[in-house]
Amino acid sequence: MTIGSVPVKFRISVDHDQCMLCGRCVENCPYDVFRKENDAIHVNSRKCVACHRCIAMCPRDAISIKERPIDYRSHPVWTTGVREAIYNQARTGKIILAGMGNAQPYPVIFDQLLLDACQVTNPSIDPLREPMELRTYIGKKPSKLEFLQKNGDLDLITYLAPNLQLEAPIMIGHMSYGAISLNAQQSLARAVSEIGTFMGTGEGGLHQSLYPYQAHMIVQVASGRFGVDIDYLERGAAIEIKIGQGAKPGLGGHLPGEKICADVSRTRMIPEGSDAISPAPHHDIYSIEDLKQLVRSLKEATEWKKPVFVKIAAVHNSAAIAAGIARSGADAVVVDGFRGGTGAAPRVFRDHVGIPIEAAVASVDAKLRSQGIRNEVSIIASGGIRESADVAKVIALGADAVYIGTAALVAMGCRVCGTCYRGLCPWGIATQRPDLVARLDPDVASRNVANLIHAWTLELSELIGAAGINSIESLRGNRDRLRAYLLDESIMRVLDVKPVGA
Amino acid sequence: MDGARVKTALSMMDERGSGEGAGYVAYGAFPEFADDYAIHVFFDNIHETKRAVDGELEKWGTIVHEEEIPTYEHPNIRKVHTPWRYFFKPDPSLMPRSTTPDDDIVLHLVMKINTTRPGALIYSSGKNVAVFKASGWPEDVADFYRIQDYKGYLWLGHNRYPTNTPGWWGGAHPFNLLHWSVVHNGEITSYGTNRRFIESYGYQCSMFTDTEVVAYLFDLLVRRHGLTPELAVRALAPPFWDEIDRMPPAEEKICRAIRLTYGPALMNGPFAIVVARPDAMVGFTDRIKLRPLVSGEMGNRLFISSEEAAIRVMEPEVDHITMPKAGEPIIGRVVA
Repeated sequence: MTIGSVPVKFRISVDHDQCMLCGRCVENCPYDVFRKENDAIHVNSRKCVACHRCIAMCPRDAISIKERPIDYRSHPVWTTGVREAIYNQARTGKIILAGMGNAQPYPVIFDQLLLDACQVTNPSIDPLREPMELRTYIGKKPSKLEFLQKNGDLDLITYLAPNLQLEAPIMIGHMSYGAISLNAQQSLARAVSEIGTFMGTGEGGLHQSLYPYQAHMIVQVASGRFGVDIDYLERGAAIEIKIGQGAKPGLGGHLPGEKICADVSRTRMIPEGSDAISPAPHHDIYSIEDLKQLVRSLKEATEWKKPVFVKIAAVHNSAAIAAGIARSGADAVVVDGFRGGTGAAPRVFRDHVGIPIEAAVASVDAKLRSQGIRNEVSIIASGGIRESADVAKVIALGADAVYIGTAALVAMGCRVCGTCYRGLCPWGIATQRPDLVARLDPDVASRNVANLIHAWTLELSELIGAAGINSIESLRGNRDRLRAYLLDESIMRVLDVKPVGA
Repeated sequence: MDGARVKTALSMMDERGSGEGAGYVAYGAFPEFADDYAIHVFFDNIHETKRAVDGELEKWGTIVHEEEIPTYEHPNIRKVHTPWRYFFKPDPSLMPRSTTPDDDIVLHLVMKINTTRPGALIYSSGKNVAVFKASGWPEDVADFYRIQDYKGYLWLGHNRYPTNTPGWWGGAHPFNLLHWSVVHNGEITSYGTNRRFIESYGYQCSMFTDTEVVAYLFDLLVRRHGLTPELAVRALAPPFWDEIDRMPPAEEKICRAIRLTYGPALMNGPFAIVVARPDAMVGFTDRIKLRPLVSGEMGNRLFISSEEAAIRVMEPEVDHITMPKAGEPIIGRVVA
């Protein structure tokens, strides 16, 4: 079969006047783009993924990368992405794998929402001079309190379910050891412990070296049950049942065997080098009542001391699904939007299945309220949270807190090249190759991640203070403080926000 | 006490209003109908909507007495509504599963008529409570209704500078629901959160203003959930987390539970609020006191006001003036 030649995606050029032949580009590129021959650096541009490692490491700024120097012949319908996929599949006959999150140019709803600020009729509150509260509790809340009057003293008789106490409504989502390196997990763990928030282990078990941070870790139970035993459950601050994820709703996990080194194999409790393919459904959950049993078994196993979260991908019917989850005894529902990242997902799922987190959170919050069960679960929004404004907007739409994933990786150096599934991450993040992992210094990376969350909390304080609010709970579900800019009426109805000027 | 002194006090603070809305509440105004719900309605037009309201009331109980609320022509007030009051006795057997069937029937009627009957607005619904409000300066509204002809043991008055909603009669304070009345100076920045919270308990916000949620929140927390007024204020203007963290264990436990449970009821933004019910009156401000509030005492009388001047004009010899801290309630209880 003859198929068209595929134009190079990136063209590398080396400025030979600048190049001093130090060879750092050769050493640093795990994709073998560079080679040194006859006193010159030669390149194979076709192998480049534009991870920018060479550019960052070149001491003379001698390397430049041009994206799509010779593009496909343009066509408004048969786009580059579509044709490239056809060529790949014509060649291989396989499902195309991709990394990171949705790469289609769908409009971002967050960017069409604007926040409010106070003028005249009420004063804005200055976080430099007034207390500002971002503390958030994740878990079940009672629907009402009951007190007993005993010789003049009030005694609370309502039972309070265990909650996680967050100093800011920002947690780091589940990225497993295996998908990312141990250095990356350690950096995240140190950052969340320092900030006073939490991170997820992902479906990869909990490595021994992370035990010191276990009070800030949420352990995950997913369909492959990798790494799960009673010791693991007991170590976590909370337990999360992963039903689905935004990057690939309806599918399980995919961790290529290349990433299953000895240590990952021990932590996951699976053979070395074997592909870790978690099944699409949990084989003990075929309906909502089965989920309830699993929630209760996990609680029973951990003596009802830990909140149990349930994570679902944002799909068309997520509001009704979340209402079912709220009745299952779970303490929080994590809704993962279609922009959620991943180490490896079929491209067709990553780009075409699921719905945006903004709409999902708005409909979940509204559904739970309409059924009077909003207090039964916290809502954690994830998938496509890029900056503090997104956090403020999604909380105003009804979320209690967010999970960030990609943003934390970017803080550690990730360039969103989307090639995580190959296991060759030149930044030491999404790889298990020891020489690459060693490139990520947890002392530096943990500082960067902590800085990022800290900076967002400062911005969040300023944003809510400007809106005349001094406690994050008064922003939650406060859609009156959002306005839609050029969103259509049907979406505004779902989000329950007014247009700008109204 | 009749309404004359309240009028004088309020007109001291004309500076704070714009002449577009003022109102008064008197508890104990209808001794001859003390056990009936005094349902006050603004009709746009008696002929079109009154029959429908009569029908709703008769469906749920008995109209003991009804009358147009007497008003007196005033050059500065245009009578755009006909204020009417019914004295109503609900039939508790029609709400069999409720522990407070009378209140719940009246609450249901208020919500239903205000959301489904354009041209009729129930603006007060408590027993033995009279509400007088209109668009105008406080002294003009007082004269329009001749509030000096009414006697009450607990009065609230309010002078409005409208921003959020135009100066319409329904938008003037006080707001009343069942036994609760509220006057409010401020803007609640958490309104969207509070409204969604209260609506999930079956209340419907129909007056397009942030003040009515205060009445509904008090009704929910105190009447339906059984909290004391002190605890209700703890929910609406709670201490900060780092204060809670430092409290003695018993108090810490209660404050933490209140914030966890009633977080969505927390009212943010600048406000000073006085809430009254037949046996008590509570004044409090937001958590950082962005609006003024002072209180005065004279014998067994309690005064709460935005300005000391208004208290002094009512009681020149007032012997105790205090300024409460942010979020700290001033509670007055009615002594028989």
